[in-house]
Amino acid sequence: MHIIESGNVAAATGVMLSRAQVIAAYPITPQTPLTEKLSEFVESGQLGAQYIPVESEHSAMAVCIAASTAGTRAFTATSANGLLYMNEQLHWAVGARLPIVMCVANRGIGAPWTVWNDHQDSMAQRDVGWIQLYANDHQQIIDTVIKAFRLAQTVSIPVMVCYDGYLLSHTYMPFDRPEQSEVDRFLPAFAPKHFLDPQNPGNFNTVTLPDVRQGVDGVMEPGYIEIRHNLHQDLRAALESYEEIDRDFVKHFGRGGTPFVEEYRCDDARFVAVAIGSLSYQLRDVIDIMREDGIAIGVMGVQMYRPFPDQAIARALSGKECVVVLEKALSYGNQGPLYGDIKSALYRLADRPVLHNYILGLGGREIKTQQLLDALSESCSEPKAIEDTPRWIGLKLQE
Amino acid sequence: MAEKTTILNLTEEEFVHPGNRACSGCGLSIVYRMGLKALGKNTILVVPPSCLTVLQGLYPVASTKLPCVNVTFASTGAAATGVRAAMKALGKEDVNVVAWAGDGGTSDIGIQALSGACERGEEIIYICYDNEAYMNTGVQRSGTTPQGVLTTTTPIKGKLQVKKDVPAIIAAHGIPYVATASAAFPLDLYDKVKKATTISGPKYIHVHTPCPPGWAFESRYTIKVGKLAVETGLFDLYEIENGTFRLTGPSQRLLGKERRPVTDYFATQGRFKSLSAEAVQKIQQQVDAKWAAYQS
Repeated sequence: MHIIESGNVAAATGVMLSRAQVIAAYPITPQTPLTEKLSEFVESGQLGAQYIPVESEHSAMAVCIAASTAGTRAFTATSANGLLYMNEQLHWAVGARLPIVMCVANRGIGAPWTVWNDHQDSMAQRDVGWIQLYANDHQQIIDTVIKAFRLAQTVSIPVMVCYDGYLLSHTYMPFDRPEQSEVDRFLPAFAPKHFLDPQNPGNFNTVTLPDVRQGVDGVMEPGYIEIRHNLHQDLRAALESYEEIDRDFVKHFGRGGTPFVEEYRCDDARFVAVAIGSLSYQLRDVIDIMREDGIAIGVMGVQMYRPFPDQAIARALSGKECVVVLEKALSYGNQGPLYGDIKSALYRLADRPVLHNYILGLGGREIKTQQLLDALSESCSEPKAIEDTPRWIGLKLQE
Repeated sequence: MAEKTTILNLTEEEFVHPGNRACSGCGLSIVYRMGLKALGKNTILVVPPSCLTVLQGLYPVASTKLPCVNVTFASTGAAATGVRAAMKALGKEDVNVVAWAGDGGTSDIGIQALSGACERGEEIIYICYDNEAYMNTGVQRSGTTPQGVLTTTTPIKGKLQVKKDVPAIIAAHGIPYVATASAAFPLDLYDKVKKATTISGPKYIHVHTPCPPGWAFESRYTIKVGKLAVETGLFDLYEIENGTFRLTGPSQRLLGKERRPVTDYFATQGRFKSLSAEAVQKIQQQVDAKWAAYQS
């Protein structure tokens, strides 16, 4: 059924259709309408979940961690400083291998205070071990939430579903609301092997030694480093799992098919712009204009950022003349985080493209299509050498 | 209390394995053993970093025969909330969900999550074992370290500030049951924990827990030191049930009687040795005033 709703409501609807059992959230702009909608779903009886209005984001993730350890499907959502306040808990959730799903309505982080969109909040969490998926529009938000629950419980790793604050969270778009019966066929109930159970007591997340250690039954059990190695291996294997899940999603719903990257006019392109989130769709207009001028350019949206689909990206960008990475985040003192990752993915190619990096839109600075056109035109006209120092788009008050 | 448990009818079932990693003479060992007996098998524990984390053992060995989730330091009250929410979602409402934290984890870093859980009326039991400093990290001062006490972060003058009254803070949330107890009076503790399992809503039990290495006394004196804290009127055993305060057991029996001087308690432990005669006198006056109010 097609409906017209906000991105936040698309996310909330995805959570309802996924039959989340425990939801905990603390309000933060621009996530709030999502959790308001979920509390409405729960109070009205449309969703049979426990809704816990916690006193902080740290506690929101604590509720999810405990509820997930106890064997229920748990969800939360946040933005910006709320996500940063959770940081310790994000590490805990993934270390404990809990299939929690969280939406992040992307927002810049203080100081100084900003409520507007950029990607610094979730990008700053890239190394915690969570899977990170990014949606480009409302249809992708609702679909990705449903896929995220299945991915999380398939690989026992929590999943962040990120989408642009305001640009997607608060705008209205038509999208298809999947049928509950079809979602139920796609997403099996959460049935963990190990959970908090008085009939079968276990001690979860105990102090673990640097070295392996024998249990009381004589079996050698892993030390900390083995447990962390397993996590890394399983994260890498999650690439294949997500590909399969996405394929199955296409079978059930007739949408998807681009789990890692979404390419637009890239096939014959000499130049490719790369971006995350709604910016990758905004860039399509620029690509169309440049194509009219005879410039062979395409755009690639990155939809899975962790684990990093390096092979898919290397395949997509192999043989291109110039790759332009446009980012709403920065690894301060270095370069854009996506730029560094893409450069690393392309390193082994014999015929490496020239790379340019642009930083733009921080703290919600408006991104004008003309600015994108100017930047891409410049990069395409002189793709001589790799440029590790990012160029900035739309900076004012400069000498 | 309606029914008093005695050593004769106390359950023989144990939920803590012997030979765990607690220090000799550990007050927590007594409190934990008795508390779990009172809670019984149908219980899920939530534990933040504390001496209890050490007592519980190192992976893959555990000393507790109950399901337990170890959680981050600041999150205990919220994590217990999460376990309860899951039990509701799964239709397993009869499980006791019990948070078990130290005094630093309760009065300092964990108070926000605990306050949130109390305000929301969560169906949990929260037990704080109060050994009056950060013992697991090597005896640093906490919000519940009493005034004048030497710790590794108050090494010369002793703590300058007074002990934070956590049970009073929690009682101010208007929860149905707040109680204090002591490792030195394990049956009184047992009955309070047992009672907490029968009351609906948040329950908070604050347990005075002597610590031989942290308080600087010989490990054989744990019970003696704990008893003196009560008998001198420094740590009082009480219940606040639906807003009504009453002293219980050993503290109740002190009403109208002459209490031992606080110096009897201070003299048993090295941590009070920097207290001046004036400071001791002042504390005695405060204790006397508190008890005068109880008796009026």
